[in-house]
Order: sequence, then C-alpha cells, then structure tokens
Amino acid sequence: MSSNKKYWKSVEELNENSSIVETLQQKEFAEEIPTDEFLGDKDSLSSSSTTRRDFLKYVGFSTAAASLAACEGPVIKSIPYLVQPERIVPGIANYYATTIADGFDFSSVLVKTREGRPIKIDNNTLSAGRAGANARVNASVLSLYDSKRVKRPMANGQNVSWEDFDKQVGDALEGVTGEVVLLTQTFASPSTSKLINEFSGKFGNVRHVVYDAVSEDAALTAFQSKYGTRALANYDFSKAGTIVSVGADFLADWQGGGYDAGYAKTRIPENGKMSRHIQFESNMTLSGANADKRIPVTPAQQRAVLAALYGYISGASTSGDLPGKLDDAVVKAASQLRKAGSKGVVVSGLPDADAQALVLAINEALGSQVMDSANPKMTRQGNATAVAKLVEDMQNGSIGAILIAGVNPAYSLPNSKEFAKALKDIEVSVAFSMKEDETAKLCKFIAATPHYLESWGDVQFTKNNFSLMQPTIRPLFDTRQFQDCLLKWNGSDKSYYEYIKETWSFLGTDAWNTALHDGVFEGTAPVSVATSTSDFVGSTINTSTAARNLSTASEGKGFQLSLYTKISMGDGQQANNPWLQEMPDPLTRSSWDNYLTISRDDADALELMNENVANGALNGSYVNIKMDDVELKNVPVLIQPGQAKGSVGLALGYGKKEGIQEEMQVGVNAYPLYKDFSSIQYVNIEKAAGVHEFASVQLQNTLMGRGDIIKETTLEIFNTKDKNAYNKTPEVSLNHIETAVTSPEVDLWESFDREVGHHFNLSIDLNACTGCGACVIACHSENNVPVVGKQEIRKSRDMHWLRIDRYYSSEESFAGDIDKKR
Amino acid sequence: MKKVKFRHSTSRLLLLSVVFLLSFTNLNFAQEGQDPADAGQASEAQAAEPGSGDVANGKALFNSLCAACHKPYSKSIGPALNGVSDRHSRTWIDSWIQNSAEMIASGDAQAVAIYEEYNKTAMPAFPQLTEAEIGDILAYVEQPKPTPVAATANGGTADGGSGGGVSNNVILMILAFVLVMLLIVLFLVNKTLRNFATASGVELPVKENRKPLYKSFVENQFLVLVTAIIVLLASGYMVYGFFMQVGVDQGYQPIQPIHYSHRIHAGDNQIECKYCHSSARTSKHSGIPSLNVCMNCHKSIGEVAESTATEEYSKEFYDKEIKKLYEATGWDPAEQAYTGETKPVKWVRIHNLPDFAYFNHSQHVSVAGIECQKCHGPIQEMEVVYQDAPLTMGWCINCHRETNVKMAGNEYYEKIHEELSKKYGVEELTAAQLGGLECGKCHY
Repeated sequence: MSSNKKYWKSVEELNENSSIVETLQQKEFAEEIPTDEFLGDKDSLSSSSTTRRDFLKYVGFSTAAASLAACEGPVIKSIPYLVQPERIVPGIANYYATTIADGFDFSSVLVKTREGRPIKIDNNTLSAGRAGANARVNASVLSLYDSKRVKRPMANGQNVSWEDFDKQVGDALEGVTGEVVLLTQTFASPSTSKLINEFSGKFGNVRHVVYDAVSEDAALTAFQSKYGTRALANYDFSKAGTIVSVGADFLADWQGGGYDAGYAKTRIPENGKMSRHIQFESNMTLSGANADKRIPVTPAQQRAVLAALYGYISGASTSGDLPGKLDDAVVKAASQLRKAGSKGVVVSGLPDADAQALVLAINEALGSQVMDSANPKMTRQGNATAVAKLVEDMQNGSIGAILIAGVNPAYSLPNSKEFAKALKDIEVSVAFSMKEDETAKLCKFIAATPHYLESWGDVQFTKNNFSLMQPTIRPLFDTRQFQDCLLKWNGSDKSYYEYIKETWSFLGTDAWNTALHDGVFEGTAPVSVATSTSDFVGSTINTSTAARNLSTASEGKGFQLSLYTKISMGDGQQANNPWLQEMPDPLTRSSWDNYLTISRDDADALELMNENVANGALNGSYVNIKMDDVELKNVPVLIQPGQAKGSVGLALGYGKKEGIQEEMQVGVNAYPLYKDFSSIQYVNIEKAAGVHEFASVQLQNTLMGRGDIIKETTLEIFNTKDKNAYNKTPEVSLNHIETAVTSPEVDLWESFDREVGHHFNLSIDLNACTGCGACVIACHSENNVPVVGKQEIRKSRDMHWLRIDRYYSSEESFAGDIDKKR
Repeated sequence: MKKVKFRHSTSRLLLLSVVFLLSFTNLNFAQEGQDPADAGQASEAQAAEPGSGDVANGKALFNSLCAACHKPYSKSIGPALNGVSDRHSRTWIDSWIQNSAEMIASGDAQAVAIYEEYNKTAMPAFPQLTEAEIGDILAYVEQPKPTPVAATANGGTADGGSGGGVSNNVILMILAFVLVMLLIVLFLVNKTLRNFATASGVELPVKENRKPLYKSFVENQFLVLVTAIIVLLASGYMVYGFFMQVGVDQGYQPIQPIHYSHRIHAGDNQIECKYCHSSARTSKHSGIPSLNVCMNCHKSIGEVAESTATEEYSKEFYDKEIKKLYEATGWDPAEQAYTGETKPVKWVRIHNLPDFAYFNHSQHVSVAGIECQKCHGPIQEMEVVYQDAPLTMGWCINCHRETNVKMAGNEYYEKIHEELSKKYGVEELTAAQLGGLECGKCHY
C-alpha cells in the first residue's frame, strides 16, 4: 500500500529533471565547497576576519606559533560560595514549579535551575491535562537574559530611581483630570483582579480594559451569551472519538492552545482504536497535517460548512448551497459525529460569534464529553469592543492617564497609528514593560518589569484550576512588578508576594506550601478574574438565526486572507528571541520570516513563483497586499501545497521595530490587516518587483536516498496484518547482498553486549507527535545549541540537532493523485 | 717588569675569588643557625608559674571541660579566662562555675551582665569541680601570655616559605661561579706560562697536523647513516614525548590564595574528606567547600597549636592564613561576630578534565566506594595540593580494567553480577566488564 506512494518535501522534488534534488540526495551541500578558490585567493584570505580562517593563516606560514599557543594550559579560577545555600549542591540542578502567563501563553512549568540560574523549562507533569510547554514557553528562558530589556525605571527618557519614579507618577496621578485607564494583558489572576479593584477604589474614575493582541472575542462572547461567564469552553481531546474542526488549528494556538497532549493520546492505537479527525481549513496547518481527512476550503465556505453541519446534526433545515463534493464531506462528517455521539466534538476557529455559538450548540446537541463548559478556560479575557471604545475615547481626549501593562498596542493594534497619536497627547502615560517597545517609547514613564521567572503571581487557568508563579532567580535588573507598583501607589507597604499569600490565606499554610511546591492546585476563586459582566450588552444568540447568518453571509471581493500565529512566534512578544526566529515553521520549514502562503493555482494566475537556486535555497516573489486603505508592501510569497484555492495566509507577530535586535527585525507586520480583531479579511493582491530570499530548509535536508525509512499505514492494516507488512526492517546492500540494517555486520561500531543489565534507549512514538517543534527548542536550551542566522540557514548550515521533517505525499504520478482525490 | 706585573694580577684574582667564595659560605652558615631560637618557647611556659595551684592538672582540666567554649587569651563562645581573677572575686568565680544559672536567676549584677554580653548563652554547671581544682584551672589560665619569641627569630622563614630552595640555588650559583673562575684562572695561568716561555725563548712543541675528526666522520658513510637514523629516532621520540604531555598537568601545584594545608586537616586531624567536600557524595562535582564550612571549626580555632608548625612553615605563618579566612568571611574574632564585609576567595583549580569527558564523583565515591586518595594521591600528606594522577584517558581506562566492582551489599548489582559472572566465568567483575569502557559512558 505504502510502496506506490511518493513522498516529497518540496515541490522541486516532483521535478524529475531537477539536478539540485539529485545532488542533494547524495551530498550535504549542493555546490562544491570552494576551498581551493578561497585558500588560493590571497586577498579574500587576508580580508577574512573569523578566527577559524585565522587558524588557516597560521597553518600557512607559522605552524609553530599556532601549536605553541595551544600548549599553555589556562589557569582556571574557582570561586565557591561564602555561605552555601542549604538546598544547593554544586552540579545538581534544582527544580521549581512556576507559571508563565504573558497574556498569550499560559502554562504551568517546571524550571531547572543551576546554582540559582534558570536554564531550562520543563513540563510540569503535576499539571497534567492543562497546557504544556510549547516552543515559545521553552524558549522563554532565553528571553530572561535578553540584553534589550529595560534595566531600570525611566521618566521622560531619563533613568530614575524607583523612589523618584513613584513620586513623579504619584504626583502626576494625583493631579490628573479625566479618566484613569488600565490597559492590560489577560492576567487571569485573582490577586491582580483584587488589586485592580482596590486601585479603582482609591483613584475613583478608573477603567480596566483587557486587551489580547490576538483576540478570542467571538468565542468569549458566544460562551458568555450561552453560559453567562466570559470564558472559553475547555476541551479534553483525550476523550474524543471523532473530531471535526472547521478552521480551528487546535494543535497550535487556537483559543490559547495546549490541546495537543490530550489529542495525542487518542492517536495511539489502543485496543485497535484511534480517534478520527476531519479538518476543514484554508491554510495548511499542523492540525490539518495531522488530520485523517483534510478538506481545503476557503473561510467563506467554512461558514457554510459549519451551518450545514449544524443543520445535519440538529436536523434543522439548511438552505446551504455547498458544492456537491464538499456537501458529501460534510454529510460524512455529520454521520461520523452522530455515530461517535458523546465522544464527538466540533471546534471552529472562525472569528464570528455566530459560528462559535453554533459550535457550542452542536457540541451540546451531541452531548459531547470532550467539551467542558462547567470548568471553562479563563486565560483569554480581551474585549474587542472595550478596546475600540478606548481608542475612541483617547482620541476625543476624555482619558487623563493610561497605565499599559504587558501589551504593546502601538505595535499590535490594527489601528495602531491612531492609538499612537492619541497616546502622545495623554497627560500621564505609564508603560509597564520589559522592552523599550513601540508603546513604551511613546509613554512618559516606563516601569521596568521583571520577567516571569523573576516574579510572583497566581493564575486561574480554568474556573477550578489555579497555578502559582514564583521567582526562580533574584531580579537581574532594577525592576518591579506591575502589581508591586499598584500596591505601592495604593499606599500599601506589602509586597505582592505577601498580597497573594493573603488572597489565598483561606487555604491554610500547609496547602499553600503544597500548592507552591506543586505549582498547581484546585479550588475556587476568591475573586472573579473576568472583567465586570455588566459590560456585556449582547443578547443571547439564537442558533437558527446564527446558522442562517452564516450560510447566507455574502462573499467579499478578492482573496480571503486568514491571519494566523506561527508556532514559533505567537503574537510576537518574544520576537527578540533568536531560538524562536531560527526555528523552522513545522509546515513551510522556513525560519526568520513571515510570508503570504498561497495555492499553486493562484500563484500561477498571478505569475508568482518560488524557485530553488543552485545551492538548494528558496527564492520567492513579492506581492503588495491591499485592504481598503491599508497596504502592506513587499510581502514575500510562499507557495503552499494544500492551501485552499482563493485563500491566502499570513502570520502575525513579525515586523517589530522597537526594542529588538537589528538581526531580529524580520518579516512584515500583519496587524494592520487585523481589522476589528477578525482573523479573516478580504484583500487584494498584486505582484511586486524583486525576489525574496527565504531561509527555508525544506529542500536541503534530505533523507540521503533512504526514502524507505518513511512508514505509513492504515489502522486496518495495523490491526490485522503482521508487523512486517507495514514496518519492514530497512535493508542495505552489503557486498551486493541485501542485509537488514539491524544486522551487526553492517554496523559501523563493534557493539557491546547488551544482554545483561540496564540499557537505555530513546524511542519516540511518531503517532503521538503532532510536529509542534517544542522538542527542537528544548534541545537548544538543554544543549546550548548555537544560532547561526538567516544567511547561514539559507546555505543549509542550520545547527538544529533535532529535525522534524514534514512530507507531502502523493501517488506515483499526478494522474494517480487526481484519481485518488475523486 | 713584565713578569712581576703578570704574577701580581693572577694572585690578586685568586685572592679575590677565595674571599668571594668564603663570604657566601658564611651566609649559608648563618641561615642554618636559626633553630636554637625556637627552644626558648617551651621553657618560657614553665618559668612563668604564678601563685598557687597545679598548672599541669589545671591544663588537663581546662582542656577537658572548658576548652570547648573558652580560650585562655581570647574571646570565644565565652570570655577569655586570662585575667578573670582580677575581674571577679574568687568566691564569685567558684559559685559561677558550680551553678551559673542560679546566679543569673538570683539577679547577681555581674552574672547578668556576662549573660547578656554573650547572647544569653548559658554556661553549664560544673558542681563536680572542687575549689582546689578550680584553683588549678585558674593557675593555668592566669599564666601570662607567652611572648611571641618566635616572631622575631623566625621572621625570615615566615615570609619566605621556600627558604630551603633559595639556599640551594645560592649554593649552585656559587659552584657555577667558582667553576667559571677556575676556568678563567687556568686560562690565565696557561697564557702567562706561554708568555713566560716565549719571553725566555723556550720552544713549545708544535701540534702535529692531524686529520680533523669531523672530516673522517663525514667520509664514513655508514657512520653518517647510523647517526642520522639515531638522531631522527631520538628527535621523533622527543617530539612524541612533547606532544603527549600537552594538556597533561601531572604535578601541577599552583600557589593558592590561602595556604590551606591538607596535611594538617586531613592528615594530622584526620578530618574525613567528605566533611568538607560533601557534594562528592551526591553530585558529579566534589565541590570546593564554601567558607561557612571552614567557619564551623575556625570560629573557635583562631590560631594553630605550637606543635602544628613545621620547619618550613611557622605558627605565625599559619595564623596569618587563618586571618585571611576571617577576612574573606568577614569574621571579627574580637567581637565574635560577622561584619558582613566579605571577600570571596578565588582558588586556583588544579584538577581539570576536558569538557568532552564526563566524570561523576558520586558514582565513584558513593557507589564504587573508592578512596579519594586513589585518584588524588596522598592528599593527607600534601602541604600544598598537587595533581597526582595524569588524568589521561589511558589512566582512566586502565583503572576500569583493573578494578573489581564492589558488588557485595548492593542490591542493584545482585542479578547483574550473577549473569555476568556466568558469562565471563569469573567471580569478580571489573568495571570494564560492566561496560566501563563504552565510549558513550564518558563521551556523549
């Protein structure tokens, strides 16, 4: 079955006449390495300044000098502790449970510290079932040591002491006329909510606006209208039998992410069963790549699909006019969902309250055990209407003071220009920030905040599940937490640590200590973290109207753009993290960039091209994207197999310019296209001049002619046939005789006898692997793997120790492929 | 006239050189003559024996009962005892020693004052001490402090720790000088005699013009070949030897910022290695002890005993090194308190393994039960630590081949031992047979 299938990683590989592909299968580098040229040319040799080349110079004329320098052993000094802390043994790592809660990533983690320095983030296994550490969380330890961090408080561009800062801000706040606004990230922290309430009590006239750069407003509104709490339904995919996703990349950052571990559990055949996963989507996503059946549809069609699906499940009449093939797929999906019953679940990423209301209704109708509405997620609180209202009010001058914490609206708001202009005119503006970013630069005061590994905190993940944040290192710089500042300005002399302890004092000392040790605990919130529900004006959403709205939604003109977040970059907070920049995207295998993904047909129509140059590196065309009065110029184009025709995709989180190293200022900022916080937009695309150089490893990394190590089979064959039918041991030719690779004769090493005693091996269940790439970053962090930069990646000199290859598959010929599609 | 002149200069040179030589020998004698000065100290103590009481008995009692908390001449946990009879009346002292708590409770002003001064540390009651015995102790502690005689006499050695080395060098230099002088003298004598000869018309025998040795050597091709081969082999051997010692620092003995003597601690005082290097039990690092570990003992040991001093290192030298420790930790011995002004010590690391080799102390120390000395040499005899083993891979491998693993009493090994001993047909298994030669065990 698998033998007549062709696997390919790049479109170039389908070109039988491509010499680059042929060469790369045999050699690591496609081009001759120009050693002679380099060494022969005196000028280039002497102008080269790297030490490795210098060594070659030594070899040229003075070997003695080079070798003598190596003979002298260095004198190494060792400085022991004066008073060694009781729990520290040099050479043995200590682990602390803490929590990341940066407004985008919420995860309970275990931090490995060496002699008081955090060096690695691990999963907190005690928090099983909740969000695990993804690539960004793993990389966050490097952001702690970021030299671009704000090191001390600043007032009007001058460094000041905290005493001066408190005095100046205090005086300014006293004399303020107009409203005081707290514009914050989602903290989901009971203590912070309590503190903000106290702050409001002290200053009167305070408005708290929660802003998520990447909004889940539609889902929040739908949930609130149905269940009354502003929260997100929680899903336990480990209970799922059939999963239908309509545009939800739930293995990545959909609704805060963290669902991959549960999903992976059902993908391992157990008692002959696996979950079935059907994905309707426009961009090629991780979830789509993992799906059993993936149907590429444009966002507009997704709405219709969801409406039809609701119709088929609820039995209500549908007025859908889906194309026949797509309708068949929806009918099949509906019947499989019905068959799965309470093990079925539907999820959707459509940024539309109607669509989200339908999802909740379908899952209710199925009686889905997967969806949990009683214990919903609290880690997204952003309110799109409130943010829009705030910008309006800022423009008309009714805001007297604004305190901005944990967000960078001057970069990430769709209407950031208006925001920036209004911000300059506000009397008192304070940015609580780790970076001197776009927003902080415009504020009069910058309060240097610590990294989460230097902070205290409590987080309400779901209604009943809590997590504590504790510092794992003494603050590196002269920083102070947002909450500590509020406490100070409230006139309290407590530290935030004492404040949190007081909030949870009803737990008792023992339970507190256990909770701090475990990092997580269950309970009930002493304070509601949801922003006041009275803001909510929308009535309950009628599902039948919603279905009608969806199926009759008029299509706009141009391409349908789906804005998404990359697994490496998220909303762009850690854009200054080289590990994340260099991490190849799991699907496009490109690093150091964002780009417009487009289908082959559309690209051909627009005369856009992708081509591999002689050394295997990828080049692509540029386009200009226009949406109303917004125009993004020179966006590189990447032709993505599997992209729905008529749709395009672009990642948020790139194109940052302030508070970031020059090398990391890559990509284009897509937030201006994120109008009304809707990830789906209609845009016009036209070709622009020039060629973009990608840092993509998708062609260069090959299997070196060992294609037979790729294994794929169906559940049926796995259940019924012998192991050799689907997992034959690969063979190599030894003296012209095919020999199994496991045979000791073909082994390069003289192997040790492993019959007796304990021996360790590492095996990875590729069924459970979703391709999220967290292991790549974890390996960087554990082994100190260097970052090489965009230019070197282009030359296929990437140094990642772990390489997660992505393969497209097709029949032997394209004709066979099309046959299969029918 | 000429003759006279020549003779004069030669004899003068001779005379000068002899004088020069003698002056050095004299210096040498002066250095060796220091020893008798030390003797003064011992007699000093016995001479100063005040008033009544048996000093010897007092000393014994003091060491067994009081020394844990008191020192005769300086503050420790309790006050210095020298001069106590001046500060308090004898009856007061007696009742304090027999039951201090009672005195404090009764509100005795002096008693309460002392109690407060020493952080309310109660002194245990010693009802078993008789008045006579207390008298003995007082007699012992009230001896005047022995004046540091050695300080002046031993000053020379105190700062120049390597006195022996210097004198050796001096002797060698003098010998070389004398030889050079002799050569010059011989040459001059020869020249003078020749001058005499020519002056008095004596015919000197003219040397026969023989074929030079090198010429005959060059002409003999066989000899040239053999020599060339020998020279090549020898230089090859030397080059090999040179490169093989690159990065091998056997015998490396750097000067440390504090002269810490393992001989005194591990040797004389028999302190268990892992008392200070405690992380060797659990961690891959043996760890340089943090200074608070030193202070566990050195809070009360402010100076070394007379008997600790050696010919090379005086008591004053060691006391100065302890002062360095106090300075580093910020300990004020007079106040018996930390000042908070600390100065971390930068030790020079002696044993260095390259980064690509993994070595775990706990595996060797706790599991294998190997003595520290096996790799670190006779550490208990080292005044200044040096690297005893070459720490090369060959050295590691060799030990793994030769050392039998201690399997007795280790549950983990029971089954493995049974199976492996059957396989190899031996009763005792070496580390190598257990997989101790696999590359990946140390290089990964």
